[in-house]
Amino acid sequence: MTDADLTADLISARRWTDQDVAAARLPMIDVPLVSVGGGLGSFALVDTLRVAGIPSNAIRVLTTLDRPDQTYEYLASASQIPRHERIRSDSGSTIDNIWGFPSYALREAWNAKSIKEKMDPLLQVFLEPVFADYYTPRSGQVYESVVRESARINWNSMLVKGVVRMVRARHGGGYFSVLTPPRGWRPPPGQPPSKRIVFRSSHVHLAVGYPGVKFLDDLQAYRQAHDDFHRVVNAYEPHEYVYEELLRRPSTVLVRGSGIVATRILVRLLEDRERKGAQTTVLHLFRHYIDKPQGDDPKFRRLGRNGFAYQGFNYPKAAWGGQLKERLERLDGPGRAALIRQMGGTNTPFRREWEALLQRGRQGGWYQQWIGEVASVDPGPNGTITTTIVDPQQRSVQLAANFIIDATGLESDISEHRLLADLLSHGGASRSAFGRLEMEPSFEVAGTRNDPGRMYASGSATLGGYYAGVDSFLGLQYAALRIADDLASIGFGERIGVSRSVKEWFRWMRNAPIPG
Amino acid sequence: MIPTLAGRIQTRLFLLATVGLAWTIVVVPVLPKRGAPIGDVYAATILALFVVALFGAGWELLYHAIQQYRWEKDWPILYALAEAVPEGVVAFVVVDAIVPTGPSPITFFFHFVTTWVVVWLTAIGPLRMVLLRWRFRGGRIL
Repeated sequence: MTDADLTADLISARRWTDQDVAAARLPMIDVPLVSVGGGLGSFALVDTLRVAGIPSNAIRVLTTLDRPDQTYEYLASASQIPRHERIRSDSGSTIDNIWGFPSYALREAWNAKSIKEKMDPLLQVFLEPVFADYYTPRSGQVYESVVRESARINWNSMLVKGVVRMVRARHGGGYFSVLTPPRGWRPPPGQPPSKRIVFRSSHVHLAVGYPGVKFLDDLQAYRQAHDDFHRVVNAYEPHEYVYEELLRRPSTVLVRGSGIVATRILVRLLEDRERKGAQTTVLHLFRHYIDKPQGDDPKFRRLGRNGFAYQGFNYPKAAWGGQLKERLERLDGPGRAALIRQMGGTNTPFRREWEALLQRGRQGGWYQQWIGEVASVDPGPNGTITTTIVDPQQRSVQLAANFIIDATGLESDISEHRLLADLLSHGGASRSAFGRLEMEPSFEVAGTRNDPGRMYASGSATLGGYYAGVDSFLGLQYAALRIADDLASIGFGERIGVSRSVKEWFRWMRNAPIPG
Repeated sequence: MIPTLAGRIQTRLFLLATVGLAWTIVVVPVLPKRGAPIGDVYAATILALFVVALFGAGWELLYHAIQQYRWEKDWPILYALAEAVPEGVVAFVVVDAIVPTGPSPITFFFHFVTTWVVVWLTAIGPLRMVLLRWRFRGGRIL
């Protein structure tokens, strides 16, 4: 007898009955809530629900990850944020602590050894952003705190390993989530062999992260045509060997993009030159060169110069909880899409030491800025790659480089994620004016409700909804709180009120496990 | 802090009525009183809280207007602390006009500065432990 698997009937049906699943001999597990993803989005929701009193046996996290911060660390490390470097996140955006207090800066000061190390973070948050750059935590501090909180909420007991291929509505309410377990998985004794496990739940939460890394079309075409994945790399792919080769011989690197990741790459290249003696020349190619503040309205104008648009975080701070958040909540889909683009887009934080580094590079001639549209990317002489651009004066310019680093973006279309694509074709979900999932203000995925069950999502796939900073620690926590409140309103757990909030905060401070 | 106008005013009133008042009750007995009876000092310091609360709506309008010229639409915690200077001067003048016999500038100064710092410290930290959603609501409590 072959292993049980999804049948053609199941794959084509938008809605399944319990009998459909039983007839396919798929093993079924009942649990009130399933969170798909297992990264920081799932972690934020589960943390909030556990604080709200939901026991761990009422939640299953379907994931391929061992740790909630695993994907984040992978992407951060590749894009040049090792554990001792600081990420771009606010002191109060504490992903391991739903209150935002004590902040990362306070904890860094508390744990520091010397008086100076204690004073520095406190002084910085006190003076930011006017007299100092924004304080931001070291990535290592974030990871360690996530691991600590994972243990406290009994995270590992909720994990089920595998890839979720689809979530379908159930006749009678709730959803079926179909998990493909890892190779070598065997069903419990007495159950027939199966390639899938079906989770039957009232509620589903999707936190599947980035659908995939986005590549510039011309670079992707070059990589495939010339089978060259060595010299043309994406910033989000591990590419440490590039920096190692640059230390060995004088080389030229072309960097594309002008956001935070491009800045990180430039900083790494220029610091290697200053500190380790690399003889690297950096060609920085801009498509849109920003040489003045952005915006005509003095009340809505962003700092811009030297090619970059500057702001502390992905969005202005008030997008997370102030007047810009309220403004966004009042707009319709196209209006939200426009405001999100205006507040966000490609930007990078202003940090005094980074500015000085780029300035020294400009003066020394080893950091050169170029502006233009790429016409072609071709193999050049002596193992170089020639990028032909058309500059603003319509002149053709050739830039030869030993390496090209694409630092233009992480996000590709949501339909590239199999689960999200299935949700669009079979689950009732639709696209927003922004092109991602159409969302309700409560972070419910519009069009997917199956009473009494509800389906929610958080993270990158929800951008364009009623919140801009969805793809940030604080945004994941905000989504988690909205979802937890919405679930409480239909009887799943209770709304966290003042007394529970205070009681659970003290429990967090003692690092005492949440029972259940 | 990233307040909205409503959030600013609500947070101000809430904190003055809770930690501000509690701190005043606790601190008055140990303030330098320059010979004034404790009852008069209580009356003057609680009046000062009222003035800060009442005039606050006006001050907050001004801060809100300044905030509009900040791209981030935020309000750095340094600014929130620095508000104490103009507000303290105005509060002293008003309290002094209402209560002809006092309080002494020294008494007023120590009460005002310590209360401001206690309220400010609460707003930038522990308040979130009590009001979980406050930071997402631009400081609105209701």
